[in-house]
Amino acid sequence: MLDLTHTAPKPRVIAGAKHDWELVIGMEIHAQVSSNAKLFSGASTSFGAEPNSNVAFVDAAMPGMLPVINEFCVEQAVRTGLGLKAQIHLASAFDRKNYFYPDLPQGYQISQLYHPIVGEGEVLVELSPGVARLVRIERIHLEQDAGKSIHDMDPNLSFVDFNRTGVALMEIVSRPDIRGPEEAAAYVTKLRQILRYLGTCDGNMQNGNLRADVNVSVCRPGQYEKYQATQDFSHLGTRCEIKNMNSMRFIQLAIDFEARRQIAILEDGGSIVQETRLYDPDRNETRSMRSKEEAHDYRYFPDPDLLPLEIEQAWVDHIAATMPELPDAKKARFMSDFGLTDYDANVLTADLESAGFFEAVAKGRDGKQAANWVINELFGRLNKEGRAIVDSPVSSVQLGGILDLIASGEISGKMAKDLFEIIWTEGGNPAEVAAARGMKQVTDTGAIEQAVDEIIAANPEQVEKAKANPKLAGWFVGQVIKATGGMANPATVNALVAAKLGL
Amino acid sequence: MSANTWTIAAARDALRKGEITAVDLTMSCLTAIDAGDGLNAFVHKTPDIALDQARAADVRLAAGDAPAMCGIPLGIKDLFCTKGVPSQAASNILKGFRPEYESTVTARLFGAGAVMLGKLNMDEFAMGSSNETSCYGDVVNPWKVDGRKLTPGGSSGGSASAVAADLCIAATGTDTGGSIRQPAAFTGIVGIKPTYGRVSRWGIVAFASSLDQAGPMTKTVRDAAIMLGAMCGHDAKDSTSADIPVPDFEAALTGDIRGKVIGIPREYRMDGMPDEIEALWQKGIAMLRDAGAVVRDISLPHTKYALPAYYVIAPAEASSNLARYDGVRYGHRAKLSAGDGITEMYEKTRAEGFGPEVQRRVMVGTYVLSAGFYDAYYNRARKVRALIKRDFETVFADGVDAILTPATPSAAFGLGEMSNADPIEMYLNDIFTVTVNLAGLPGIAVPVGLDRQGLPLGLQLIGRPWDEAGLLNHAHVLEKAAGFVAKPDKWW
Amino acid sequence: MAIDIDTARKVAKLARIRVDEADLPKLAGQLSGILGFMEQLNEVDVTGVEPMTSVTPMRLKRRADVVTDGNQQAAVLKNAPDAREGFFAVPKVVE
Repeated sequence: MLDLTHTAPKPRVIAGAKHDWELVIGMEIHAQVSSNAKLFSGASTSFGAEPNSNVAFVDAAMPGMLPVINEFCVEQAVRTGLGLKAQIHLASAFDRKNYFYPDLPQGYQISQLYHPIVGEGEVLVELSPGVARLVRIERIHLEQDAGKSIHDMDPNLSFVDFNRTGVALMEIVSRPDIRGPEEAAAYVTKLRQILRYLGTCDGNMQNGNLRADVNVSVCRPGQYEKYQATQDFSHLGTRCEIKNMNSMRFIQLAIDFEARRQIAILEDGGSIVQETRLYDPDRNETRSMRSKEEAHDYRYFPDPDLLPLEIEQAWVDHIAATMPELPDAKKARFMSDFGLTDYDANVLTADLESAGFFEAVAKGRDGKQAANWVINELFGRLNKEGRAIVDSPVSSVQLGGILDLIASGEISGKMAKDLFEIIWTEGGNPAEVAAARGMKQVTDTGAIEQAVDEIIAANPEQVEKAKANPKLAGWFVGQVIKATGGMANPATVNALVAAKLGL
Repeated sequence: MSANTWTIAAARDALRKGEITAVDLTMSCLTAIDAGDGLNAFVHKTPDIALDQARAADVRLAAGDAPAMCGIPLGIKDLFCTKGVPSQAASNILKGFRPEYESTVTARLFGAGAVMLGKLNMDEFAMGSSNETSCYGDVVNPWKVDGRKLTPGGSSGGSASAVAADLCIAATGTDTGGSIRQPAAFTGIVGIKPTYGRVSRWGIVAFASSLDQAGPMTKTVRDAAIMLGAMCGHDAKDSTSADIPVPDFEAALTGDIRGKVIGIPREYRMDGMPDEIEALWQKGIAMLRDAGAVVRDISLPHTKYALPAYYVIAPAEASSNLARYDGVRYGHRAKLSAGDGITEMYEKTRAEGFGPEVQRRVMVGTYVLSAGFYDAYYNRARKVRALIKRDFETVFADGVDAILTPATPSAAFGLGEMSNADPIEMYLNDIFTVTVNLAGLPGIAVPVGLDRQGLPLGLQLIGRPWDEAGLLNHAHVLEKAAGFVAKPDKWW
Repeated sequence: MAIDIDTARKVAKLARIRVDEADLPKLAGQLSGILGFMEQLNEVDVTGVEPMTSVTPMRLKRRADVVTDGNQQAAVLKNAPDAREGFFAVPKVVE
């Protein structure tokens, strides 16, 4: 079993002018399902296409067009639910959420209000070793994404593109269990990591494939505990929803601003109006979205074009049987199998590619050494060049080859770094490259002994000094290595110098 | 007799024997259509397409590769999207709309070699029972009394009028609450609404998705069997289309219903129902009994609530289905004044584009789905719907094979006669037909006689789910026994 | 349930159909009449009855995750009242 014992972090407390306040945050994450085609049409989901080119007549809501569901999207929702230890509902249904907006061609969004496909689950969000927040998931449902309106191409017109319309989203709804801006960002990071492990969403926030609606309220210390004890929301403050956030940094800034705005109103004797707000990063403030406010009556009802979605337990079991190892389990295994520190294990399990790379290097080798090389040398170098692990010029096999040469004593650590550089720029089999370049540390004691003898003989004054102060023996070691063209094994040289000097 | 008066069966046989070409048959219909403008049935004529298709049909006929519908000229209700041809659902909001796609039903028919003569008038978005809500104006029934113009019924009024007046051999219709059966009864023709899911809805402008079904409107039951066979079948593009085999409906017309059990629902005997309707019903009962069927009184206790349930569910679905007509992607967009924004564009476009009945139903639907009323209206109506369906399931489980009822509470009434009536009075036209849509069952209207004024009256047979074959056979027996051969006097 | 003029105005707004103030009383009256007709449903005992979900019970059809549609910008825009540079154009939307 995984050891997930932890203590809960302290909530963020903001000191108001009059007294202290705590934050209460719930999130709705919209994660785009990594499918080829849309949820209810056969149009492509690819990003960056010509406007209105990834559009089927269904997506443009042409008269008489009908939805047919993409089974892969259903499977990904189930997989995500299993990854969040959630209930999978064998019977779910699609509802229409009705509202008028130019980027919503049907005049309704097909979603799942009454019977979502996934029920309650949880996410463990670690904030530091042993300190973690268990965030409860309320539900996950499948729904259609809207299109995109562009407002800055013409002074009097908005331009509408339906490429995104109908792309499958999983809306992952948390309970209000998040207690501060950092926790919110950590929650999104963890959820994103899990989704990427599962392969159900690519997590690309820049393209909007993962976006968050953040519900923020503030309350006096002690109120939240009353809520948790009773699940009665009346103990909490009125919330505002900040829509459509796709940057970890902005999520934190927006929450902080919104909390302070609410505190200022409350301390001034005012009350919070429940509303939808938009974060403006240029001004670092949130403002009310009036357009979304008027006539908030979505008239949900079951979509008569679709039948209830019934899935079989055997199918769910089959998906469960093909689940990958998830981040928490992988991290625990890396720590126990490879002796990694908590920090190193976090870094190496941040994404599947890094974890896979590390594991390939570490397998059958010194795990700690492999971790050092992957984190310090490889990641350091990749970061410097702004490259991703999948584009690494040095493969796990090559890096493993370098580590093997160190382990067998054939090259020194210094040589290994040089060799890494060569492999990075020129490629090749490390053993062959080392051989071709004569990169071989001398371990033949005879040759080294000769060099040591020569240097001792040529430097009687240094010998005296070293005998008086053994720390100065290092000078001889350096001279010997220099004399052997850097090829001598430093450990061997050390031992010989010490012996010859009688230290 | 001019070829446009033929049935599908007669035309098929003549085409196959080479007694007529599809082009000549089509020409005869095109001539009748041009002479029939006074009926206002055809709203977009497509003679070029028709002749191209007829020529292609003649090639297939000559090659011996001719399905039953090959070369048969049809009228197509304006609710069907037909590629490149105006498809407006008789609404101004779809003004100028020419779909870039072909509905599954028309694609199947044309694939079988059928010929499209043009698009047929209807009530706007299929909402109406008198064909007076069309943006193209009223359709006129070819049957007339004392020189008075009568409604052909609705919403498939153009289809009914065109078939009854022999402007085409047959036509497509759609039926959400009786829109095939009521106009068929008003014009003395046959109309069948198949089991929900039998015919694909893809490419048919949606009115109420859980109730809409397309079906044929024909001169005889045999024609209905032939044409239905070509229209139905599984469609992967419609999630509600059933993946079950399509039997040979025509082969099912054995004329033998001996021992079959016919249910007569007592709840369909409405207060104030005209004597003539009651007499017609009794006549039908006698005909089926004479043919060897066992007639049994049955009870469908929730019948009374079908109409109110229907008028919650259909407008609710319609209010959502019609949200897409917003002036953004196709059809009408209102001219805007300075300072008008997107909301004004929506509101003006929809006010100008939708007629009064459509507006009324969209607003009723909006209201019953709105916060606080959903359970009281919509969910309650869905529960009542479940009970109505259960009523039918019970009698079928008790061994009833088909149910005989009147098709309409009256014969065709005068155009404009109901214009000042309460909307509810118009809705009462659907009283015998809506139960069938709510329960998803197949239902057929068959002309059985004439009333005192000489207007056609029809009876309705309701079948078990998916048993269109049996239903058609019962209808075939009734049709034979009734021997209805009357035709309207040509005045147009 | 009688619909008052305010409710009629609200419903028209929600349905995005412009109704002149002068026409609201008539609309309210008609809606009241229709809704009154529906009140009959309250006579039915629906205790324990599940709302009907699908007319004909079937397994919901599924598609494979294959791109089979799209790449038809011209056809999508063909019927548009106002299309520019590959987009649908509408009066400016203020967020």
